[in-house]
Order: sequence, then structure tokens, then C-alpha cells
Amino acid sequence: MNFPSKLIEDAVNEISRLPGIGKKTALRLTLHLLKQPESSSQSLSHAIVKLRTEVRYCIICHNISDQEICSICSSHRRDKSLICIVEDIPDVLAIENTAQYNGLYHVLGGVISPIQGIGPDELKIDSLLHRIDTAAADDKVQEVILALSATMEGDTTSFFITRKLNERGIKVSTISRGIPIGGELEFTDEVTLGRSILTRISYNAE
Amino acid sequence: MHLKNINLHQFKNYHLVRAEFSNEINCFLGTNGSGKTNLLDAIHYLCFTRSAFNTVDVQNILHEKSFFTIKGDFELEEKNIEIKCIVESGKKKQMLHTGKAYDKMSEHIGLLPVVMIAPDDTQLIKDGSEGRRNFFDSIISQLDKPYLHLLVRYQHFLKQRNALLKQFSESGQIDQSLLEPYNIEIINLTKSIYIKRETFIQDFLKGLQKHYGVISGEKETVEVVYQSDGKDLDFETKFKASLSRDIILKRTNKGIHKDDFVFTIGGYPLKKFGSQGQQKSFLIALKLSQFQILKERKGILPILLLDDIFDKLDDLRIAKMIELVANHEFGQLFITDARPERSKQILSTINADKRYFNIKDGMLSPD
Repeated sequence: MNFPSKLIEDAVNEISRLPGIGKKTALRLTLHLLKQPESSSQSLSHAIVKLRTEVRYCIICHNISDQEICSICSSHRRDKSLICIVEDIPDVLAIENTAQYNGLYHVLGGVISPIQGIGPDELKIDSLLHRIDTAAADDKVQEVILALSATMEGDTTSFFITRKLNERGIKVSTISRGIPIGGELEFTDEVTLGRSILTRISYNAE
Repeated sequence: MHLKNINLHQFKNYHLVRAEFSNEINCFLGTNGSGKTNLLDAIHYLCFTRSAFNTVDVQNILHEKSFFTIKGDFELEEKNIEIKCIVESGKKKQMLHTGKAYDKMSEHIGLLPVVMIAPDDTQLIKDGSEGRRNFFDSIISQLDKPYLHLLVRYQHFLKQRNALLKQFSESGQIDQSLLEPYNIEIINLTKSIYIKRETFIQDFLKGLQKHYGVISGEKETVEVVYQSDGKDLDFETKFKASLSRDIILKRTNKGIHKDDFVFTIGGYPLKKFGSQGQQKSFLIALKLSQFQILKERKGILPILLLDDIFDKLDDLRIAKMIELVANHEFGQLFITDARPERSKQILSTINADKRYFNIKDGMLSPD
């Protein structure tokens, strides 16, 4: 793509590095910014810089946070005896949106995969164990819920963490896997359906 | 099951050809390099989603063109189905079943069983164990879908474990607790895959011995000796004990990825002690048993592709093969031969519907 101006070219190149944005969209956004008052570009760039320099991660659960400790970890209404382990930040948002969970979180930042060079040291596993070991007497962790992806890597990570937690005598559970609500049986893949049958639960007719 | 017709467009040396086939015997005749085997390969593509010879799809496109298509109409259990394969350079290969594209190639494999007997099959005896594992894995996978899932899982965990061993070897530090999830999976999968392979081989062997006797007319017993770490009741301990060796070599040294299927004749390895003739007979018996087991388990007659078979066999073996054909043990047959008179003469004794095709410079004309 040829540009009439080096300034436009630089802007397009930078914007098109964002995920999901190609050169054409980047050009459209660049030209749009030029049409807007200068102040709107100022406030956009200011917001981006501020985001990058001031964003923080909760020192307890590693979720995104404005303070040193995030609003979930510092809340008094949360059940501190329960920790849900997730892979990444969007997973926290997804579980929060269910409004079914009132415990705390722990964001690992990925799953173990030696091929990609990701081991326990690259993840926040030590931090999890430290957090459990040093919890105050009133806030002792009773249960850890594993909510990792249902992939071979997710399962390996769950196994690894479970072994570490068993040594500490903590109850470990994992979210159930099966047929989605509103899903039709005939369209469910065989592996999921097979697993749903093996791990069936008793039906409560009350 | 049979293939009614085929359309090729820019596949290997063919620009655009179409052929209508007989339900019984089809014979492709032409000089060396005319494209006889390419026709068999096109049929292999439709049944197995890939070439029997060159696994790089784009290299099967006619020179200086950008795509090929193969289309064929099959009759399967009294239903007509159309299979189309499209390969375009730079794009993902597509297989269509009566107009609908498959998401995964593996969904198609097993639907249209096919067995090919080709000149370079002796590699199966002479080369390393990988070819033999692939040969048996491909048959078992066609009969048993969960087996394929087990293999895929096994390969995945093996790759992860090897990557881990490499890291341990480089850092000089070993974390047993990190290795454990992979060990458990590999140990369990080894046991499951071993049982499936062992059961299959026992079944397969009966057919192999019967066919070898018929083809060779000889009395020696042939065997397939299945060697596997999974056979060891103490596999778990031995697997774990080989860790230090694993770390030095940076890869896993025990497991079903080390299995071998040793072909023996009269108790000795066929590779070293079998004559050329014995090896040929063995290979044909191997392929015929593959044919038979697919036929019995799937309840349909696979298509049989015979590439230059008359060149490889002496008169006695040819006569035995033809006997099997004449007894209608096979379904649809595709044969290639560079010498038209020979094929016509051999096949003239058989009471079956026959169709001959002359192949010249990428053109195909019914005889």
C-alpha cells in the first residue's frame, strides 16, 4: 500500500499491529482521527499511555487492578476460603458474569506446555502455594476450584497443581464438563458426550 | 462398493480426463511413464484423502498449474455418493462428500476402504519399524476410531515429555513432579494401545498365514512377532527407571512409539533370511489379509489397486492371484500393466466384466 505521507504510513503501521486489524482498517481509523478535533487524538493517546504506565496487577491474585490489591481480593463480602484457578484475565470476567461465584481467584497466566517453553516457573503457581501457606487463621483456604481449559495442557496443569495441593490437605475440585445448556444431544461431539455419561449426576426431581 | 467413474483435472500428468469404470475388472495399459499409476493414485486420493506415493499434495498438481481436482462417483451399499478432492497451492485441501466439505480429513478415512499393492512395498520389510507401525496403525484406525484418538493423545504427550527432557538436560535440574503428569498419561496410553495392537495382530495373523500358504504354495510358517515395551508387566517401573537415559538422550526411550512388528519365516527374520520370492509372497499375503480384515469387519468389499503386479510375480503366483479373482473373492479391481497382450491373455480366462483403457501422453481411451 502506498501512502501520500510518511506520517500516515507510520500511524497505519502502528495501528495495524493490533490484533484483528489489517492495513485497510488501520488506514480508515487514521483518516478518521484526522477528521476529528485534535483534542480527541490527545485524549486517546493519553489514555493509552496511562493504561500502559499505570496498570497494575493484584499482588495476590494477579488479576488486573487499579490498586496494589484488586477489588475482589479486598472485598469483605467475598468468601476467602475458596479460590478459583483460571488461566487468564478474561476467564475471571467470564466467571464473574455468571454471578454464581463468591470466592476469590488466582490467575496463572497460562498453562504448562514444555514445547512452548512454559513451565511452572513461568506461571503463578509458587505464588498460589505461598498464598495458601501464609493465609491468616480466619481466612484459611478450604477448597480450590480448577477452572482451566479442557485441553491436554489444561489437564496436565490441573494434575500438577492438584499434587501440590494434596500435600497440603486442601480439597480440590474441578468445574464440570459436558453438554451446554440449550445444546442438543445429537450435535454434541462424541468425547464430550462420552464423558458426560461417565460423570453423570443423580437427578433431583424435587 | 465400487467406483463408477472418475474425473481428473490437472492431476499429475492429466489435463482433463474422464473414465467410466466396470464394477469388476479395470485394466490400465500403457508404456512406462504414461500415467497408469497416477490413475490408481487418484483413486487412492478419493478413498484415503492423500496420495499413496507423494504426501506433499501440491507436488501432485500438473506442472505450472495452481490446482487439481479429482471427482468420483461411488456406489456404497446401494447409495450413490460423490467424492471430490480439491488441492490448490497455498490453500487448505478440501474433501467433499456429495457437496459437503469435511471439517477434518480423518472423518472421511474408513468410509471407502481401499488396498493397494505397489512395487515399492518391499520397503515395508526392509526399512525401519516406523513404516510397519504406520501400516498397522492405518488399518486399526480404519476399524476402530477411538484407537486413532489414543494415538493422537499419545503423540502429543510424548512431544511434551521430550521437550521437558530437553529442558532438564540443558538446565541440569530435574523436577519429578512436573514429569509425573506426562509419565502417567504415557504409561496408561501405552497399556491401552498395546492391548489393541496385540489383539489386532492375533486376528490378522490367521489371515496372513492362510494367504501366504495359498500364494507361495510353500510350507514354512510365517509370523508377525509383535515386540512392545507394553508387553512387560513391569513396564511402569522400567519406564521410570530409564529416566536418566532419557535425559542424556533428550527423548523418551520406552513406550509404544518404539514398538516393532518383526516379520519372520520359519522362525527367522524375513528381512535377512527371506529370499526375494518369499518376501514378495509375504507382502502380497500381508496386503490380502489387510483386504480380508477390512472386508470382514466393515462388511464391504474394499477396492483393490494392483500396480504392476504381473511384473513382480512369477507365473505360479499370478495363477494363484487370478484364482482368487476368479472366485470373486475381491470386489472392484484396478490393474496397471505395461504389456497389453499379457494382461489380456491372463484375464481372458476369467469370467467377469472387464474393461481395458489405453493410456498415452496423459490421454485415456477405452480399448
